[in-house]
Amino acid sequence: MKPTLKPTLLFNLLIAGAFIVPMASQAQDTSPAALIETFSLEAGRAGDATAGQAFFLATHSGGKPDTPSCTTCHTMDPTKNGQARTGKVIEPMASSVNPARFTDSGKITKWFRRNCNSVLGRECTPGEKADVLAWLSSL
Amino acid sequence: MYRLMALVAFAAISFLSPALVSAQDATPSPEAQFTEECSACHLAYPAFFLPKESWSAIMNTLPDHFGEDASLDDGALKAIEGYLVKHAARSNRRAFRKYDLETAPPLRITELGWFTHEHDHEVSRSAKKRAGSMSNCAACHRGAERGYFDDD
Repeated sequence: MKPTLKPTLLFNLLIAGAFIVPMASQAQDTSPAALIETFSLEAGRAGDATAGQAFFLATHSGGKPDTPSCTTCHTMDPTKNGQARTGKVIEPMASSVNPARFTDSGKITKWFRRNCNSVLGRECTPGEKADVLAWLSSL
Repeated sequence: MYRLMALVAFAAISFLSPALVSAQDATPSPEAQFTEECSACHLAYPAFFLPKESWSAIMNTLPDHFGEDASLDDGALKAIEGYLVKHAARSNRRAFRKYDLETAPPLRITELGWFTHEHDHEVSRSAKKRAGSMSNCAACHRGAERGYFDDD
């Protein structure tokens, strides 16, 4: 007997998924793990959460005087809200409490460019990016 | 069999249509870009608070935006500058009379005469502390995000 292809529930779900998944994922084109892998490959070494923590908490020089550290706005505890110099709340950076973090490659590029320049007066290296993301996604 | 073909066709359309939609919607409107980008750090201040000369000066110095790097890519920069210039206050308003708009336009809404007049004696120290900054309109003005400030 010739097997007939019946549209099963699973098949229908697959079709529905084809519709929904790409629409929902437009702003979510990456993940912390994917970003760490990309930056680690560029750096030629793995991201180091301990180094990332030290880098994030450190007071740097070379940047703009009002923003000597990541913690100026993000505070010492990335699982808590931060506050921009304008008074506006910044959602937590730790991806465990804020799953929307590190899922949009456009935002990653934009904010590393801006904030590294504000704090350090230069772009961050791929190694520094891998380290910071390793820490913020490990909390 | 027809049912199967219909399903396959539907599946194919389902796969392709989001790509088509996102291609069409790839660039949000200038107003949407203005709201998205500017409100990331502060209220997207209504364009009518400053003249076009101020907005152009602000948009052309974003890498040092009041002490921070707020740089944008060229596409967003031009779209947002266009939006702000289009909706800016008239340059001949009394509030801007003391400025040479061509060479030194006002860059801070908080420095304008009417702003200091309205806020200097009215805002308590505790309210200022709570707001964190005079940039934080919405701390006191509940309708600020809709452009409504007359609630005091």
